[in-house]
Amino acid sequence: MLSRVAENLYWMSRYVERAENTARLISVNSNLLLDLPSGIAPGWAPLVDILGLRGDFDSRIKESDERHVLKFLIADRSNTGSILSSLHHARENCRTVRDILPREIWEELNELYLYAQENVNSGLTKRGRFAFLKRVIFGSELFIGILASVQSRDEAFDFLRIGRYMERADMTTRIIDVRSADLLPDNVADLRPFDTIQWVSVLHSLSAYQMYRRHMQTQVRRDAVLRFLFKDTLFPRAVRHCLDSVEECLGDLKNNQQSLKRVRALVRKVDRTKIETLDQVTLHSYVDDLQLNITKLHNSLADAYFPKTFQQQQA
Amino acid sequence: MPIEFKTYEIPTYDEVMSRANRARNHAIPLLRTLREFDDEDLETRQRAAEMAIKEMGITFTVYTEGAAIDRAWPFDIVPRIIPKSEWDVVEAGLKQRVKALNLFIDDLYHDQKIVKDGVFPREVLAKSKNFRPQCVGIDPPLGIWAHICGSDLVRDSDGKIYVLEDNLRVPSGVSYMLENRLITKRVFPELFNEYSPLPVDGYPSQLFDTLCDLAPEKRSNPEVVVLTPGIYNSAYFEHAYLAQQMGCELVEGRDLFVDKHDTVHMHTVAGPQQVDVIYRRIDDEFMDPEVFNKQSVLGVPGLMRAWKAGNVALANAPGAGVADDKVVYAFVPDIIRYYLDQAPLIPNVRTYRCMFEEERRYVLDHLQELVVKPANESGGYGMLMGPSATKSERETFAKLIEQDPRNYIAQPVVGISTVPTVVGRSLEARHVDLRPFILSGREIQVTAGGLTRVALRKGSLVVNSSQGGGSKDTWIVDMGVQ
Repeated sequence: MLSRVAENLYWMSRYVERAENTARLISVNSNLLLDLPSGIAPGWAPLVDILGLRGDFDSRIKESDERHVLKFLIADRSNTGSILSSLHHARENCRTVRDILPREIWEELNELYLYAQENVNSGLTKRGRFAFLKRVIFGSELFIGILASVQSRDEAFDFLRIGRYMERADMTTRIIDVRSADLLPDNVADLRPFDTIQWVSVLHSLSAYQMYRRHMQTQVRRDAVLRFLFKDTLFPRAVRHCLDSVEECLGDLKNNQQSLKRVRALVRKVDRTKIETLDQVTLHSYVDDLQLNITKLHNSLADAYFPKTFQQQQA
Repeated sequence: MPIEFKTYEIPTYDEVMSRANRARNHAIPLLRTLREFDDEDLETRQRAAEMAIKEMGITFTVYTEGAAIDRAWPFDIVPRIIPKSEWDVVEAGLKQRVKALNLFIDDLYHDQKIVKDGVFPREVLAKSKNFRPQCVGIDPPLGIWAHICGSDLVRDSDGKIYVLEDNLRVPSGVSYMLENRLITKRVFPELFNEYSPLPVDGYPSQLFDTLCDLAPEKRSNPEVVVLTPGIYNSAYFEHAYLAQQMGCELVEGRDLFVDKHDTVHMHTVAGPQQVDVIYRRIDDEFMDPEVFNKQSVLGVPGLMRAWKAGNVALANAPGAGVADDKVVYAFVPDIIRYYLDQAPLIPNVRTYRCMFEEERRYVLDHLQELVVKPANESGGYGMLMGPSATKSERETFAKLIEQDPRNYIAQPVVGISTVPTVVGRSLEARHVDLRPFILSGREIQVTAGGLTRVALRKGSLVVNSSQGGGSKDTWIVDMGVQ
């Protein structure tokens, strides 16, 4: 398989997953804001930090109220991480590899992008937001479903899966991080009821609530939720499961030593950390550290499989 | 009944109806089928075809205002029918023509015997924009330069088929020929009960075999790739389509590199992989920045070195475009006689070469009746349409011709034939041309028919898809002994 094609497939998959998770992140925050007393609600600005988009945001946008942040995250074409930009990039990447993917994949991405483009204004209203985000999430699920049912389990499939799980591992850590943004003092007795509500809403935003109840066999508690979302091997949005999937796909590919080493180191890190004992501040820097390591894993994938830049080729 | 014999207007020569408004023999079954249609049938089927094209994603790209827009491929559901007895002659004529053209190109890059023998003027060669000095002395595999040729044919008002031009650089359209047949099967199945058109779907495997024929001999399982300029090219759909149909990689220039042993490789996830044959859909000038256009980012530095060393085959070979020139076209009948010692089986459209005094004088005296074309422009640029031109336009052209006679040819206006075409709920005559594709490897193969392009606007002769042209499925049918 051509390196350029592998890279296009990888990014196409990442962009679809990014659009989905950004939609999930916005919906978890919406719910949090409804549940929290207005005095302690953190608002929308923290989402910009969580997604690592602070620099771009501050340079162009003066206000950080709900309207401005949401427009930035959903509709802003200059923000390469916005839902609309992600879907656009996914579609453009797909266009260049149309010859090797099932036709339905192009059709679905095309349709999803056109939907988002046409309905983005309603997605910015309080009333239309839920339906808009839901369609984006559903479009991503459909994309994965079509691949699962008709794409051969070849190298193309591996790169599509690697892209998806890299992005998902990264975004799951960010969604969990939403909770740390409000900096409520941990385990303060009179805030306990709100605390539970927040973790329930994190679970819901990852469609993880039912699976959590069945597998953890316990009520929603911070320590158990953190263990589940970081360390569970079976739930497909848990960080550990995502990393395991990347490792599995790498097993099919040649020239995989460096990347395998990195992904295994990451798995060990997740396994060995007693995440439930970290307070919110430490958890936040732990999440930062994981994201950094995911970026390093990406770099070793790029080294091994993607086209070299012009300078490197000459060397 | 969507076709009315009495009101069907025939501007020149119609392929279905004679001047006396009687059906031609090969068209009788077509008309019999159409007679069964009620008023809405035609429109419904036309719409079904357009839906199918959208669903199947058959597009061509128009690049405007900085954005690439994929447009649905325009298609007319009534196939164009050509009797096999007539086609057999055309097919033999195309093989003859391409064979001679390949001998001609090879000669130009070697001994130039045809020039020395005074059949082809040296000054024409000296002024050719597409002659590549870099190709002199090269021996491409099998001695063939133009492996894929698309020749444009028209039927004049006398009912005879003529060659209008030969495309020897990167002719496109074959994917639409293939898709048109699939759509006709979906929307007009009952017509297949009346005729058994020769199949066209063998083309991708014939193309693949032709390309494999060119591989360096020591390579047993050759790696064949399609080289595209990228998604912004108007024919990107076709590049992706052919790669998919042949099961080979679709590459861009940046996917390839030439190593110090002058071999070509592509960057794959398992490391570099050697490439043996490149079906390039990129013009000569952009192919190798080391040799041609230095600014080109579409090409592959060193590709010409690798080709000269015989380590990779390029189809078509660089420099093949020398025979793709309107002045050279005028000499093709002479070229056929010179190399093959045969009379041409398909005539050229009558062409006056302004470089010869006698012919030039005729052109200057008859500008009002002629179409004047410059040698190396395509798409209708820099042309004079004599009958519709103003006096001052004709005077300007007369000066241009006298200043640079070698650069101009002139032809009478061709009365291009028509075929019934869907217009709303009925059928009207619209002008058509035909582009068959000729493959040259160990053997020469011609598509059964080709891509028929139709000018959808009434009276228009412009068949180009970006300017209101559409296409039709083309059927070569065996009518038995007549």
